[in-house]
Amino acid sequence: MTETFPFTIEQFYKFVSERKLMAAKCKKCGIMFLPPRPMCTKCFSSDLEWVELKNKGKLLTYTVIHVSPKQFESLIPYTVGIVKLEDGPKLPGMIQGVAPEKISVGMDLRVDFDTTIPSQWPTWPRYFFKPS
Amino acid sequence: MAGKPLATIVSAGLSKFGRREGLYGRELFAEAAKEAYERCPNLIPKKNIKALFVGHMGESYEHQGHTGPTLADWAGLLPVQATRIENACASSGVALGLGVSAVFSGMYDIVMVGGVEKMTHRTTSDVTEFLAMASDYPFEQWHGITFPGLYALMATAHMHKFGTTEEQMAMVAVKNHHNGALNPKAHMQKEVTLEKAMASKVIAWPLKLYDCSLITDGASCLILTKPELAKKFTDTPVHIIGSGQASDAIGLYEREDITTIKAGKLAGQEAYNMAKVKPQDADIAEVHDCFTIAEIIAYEDLGFCKPGKGGSLVEEGVTEIGGKIPVNTSGGLKSKGHPVGATGVAQAYEIYLQLTGQAEKRQVEGAEIGLSHNVGGSGATAIVHIYRRG
Repeated sequence: MTETFPFTIEQFYKFVSERKLMAAKCKKCGIMFLPPRPMCTKCFSSDLEWVELKNKGKLLTYTVIHVSPKQFESLIPYTVGIVKLEDGPKLPGMIQGVAPEKISVGMDLRVDFDTTIPSQWPTWPRYFFKPS
Repeated sequence: MAGKPLATIVSAGLSKFGRREGLYGRELFAEAAKEAYERCPNLIPKKNIKALFVGHMGESYEHQGHTGPTLADWAGLLPVQATRIENACASSGVALGLGVSAVFSGMYDIVMVGGVEKMTHRTTSDVTEFLAMASDYPFEQWHGITFPGLYALMATAHMHKFGTTEEQMAMVAVKNHHNGALNPKAHMQKEVTLEKAMASKVIAWPLKLYDCSLITDGASCLILTKPELAKKFTDTPVHIIGSGQASDAIGLYEREDITTIKAGKLAGQEAYNMAKVKPQDADIAEVHDCFTIAEIIAYEDLGFCKPGKGGSLVEEGVTEIGGKIPVNTSGGLKSKGHPVGATGVAQAYEIYLQLTGQAEKRQVEGAEIGLSHNVGGSGATAIVHIYRRG
């Protein structure tokens, strides 16, 4: 069903607006792409499929941002990290609902979605991480 | 024996780095070009220089793109062909690499390479936004990840994996400010204590103000010739004997291991192989210390120490002036300043001064082999050059 959707970043965020975390998978060599790519950059096949990922992962690294562009100033200080998803791909994003001093490398996090932002370039609905 | 020269530096110029109020970037470039011309009286710029390659990262700062011909004009080089290169903070390192290729290929006998950035007239918030453009928009910038944020993510991972400490990172700042205080062209010619660095404002934990390089105005240039022509122009040539460049994913999150900058490692290996030298042969190095953790990672990627030992290397004083391999004698991006487009060639300028005995109070006696290491963004571009005294 999902194979008819284009393998684009815009489509990834359209799925986010439906509260789904999706990655593109090469049917030929099995490699998973997040962000999706229109062509497998390993075997160059365009025979791809969208696969839904489990909303779970572990925190690889994080930082607490104290100086930001204007757009994010109201959130300061905020925490961002890179999460290794249970299905393999890594994803960066904000960590919410937990005080910075309670955050540690290796902790379990799950993915949630803020679908209040319109899905039109350059704004996208945001996924974010929170303690599981 | 070190490898054969690919191209030769016969002259170099650097504007004063700092807060240069009331000037445009092109005017800073003219200042750098003037110094390079004055060092090289046998050169007739309009007649001899056949191409200009310049690094310039952002149109946003001065609302100005199309920098190649603009800088050629202000350097008095019209109608020479002029090309702007944008590889984020590695823009002029890459301009140098392309200049070396242009000369080595035989296409041109003499070229100028350089770079420029005018930044300090903008607010910190604006500069933070402009610099972030060197990172991935849809997955990094859109989620509030700033440039210091990306290097902070590397720092946290490095601390977790190897036990690197915030004190060791601050020691990079202390060393580079000490060196910068000896450099009359540095932006911040001021020593800093470990206590002061550690107590400075948090920018992106674990990185504090003194872990971050400076927002600076500046311009840099070099004149490169075919090696066999160099003696016509100078008695103190510096040969470029290795040039290596590599790319990686734009998104930090996509990389295999974020405790290293793989492109930096690969660029270093390529440059070492070309130059036929080993890491321990380098007498001096200018590395890309956009953040203190980046210098620690650079030591490891360039083979100055084993992975995970970069923190100890700075702590033991190995990279101080007087140590076994002095790093960032200019003060580095940390203290000399980081006008992003100018940085790669500014690093080469310091190596040129050191290898020709012109580095005054910060001179490393007897330096023969130098290395420069310039990184773009969080490591999607890295370029390494190796130099030998002629």
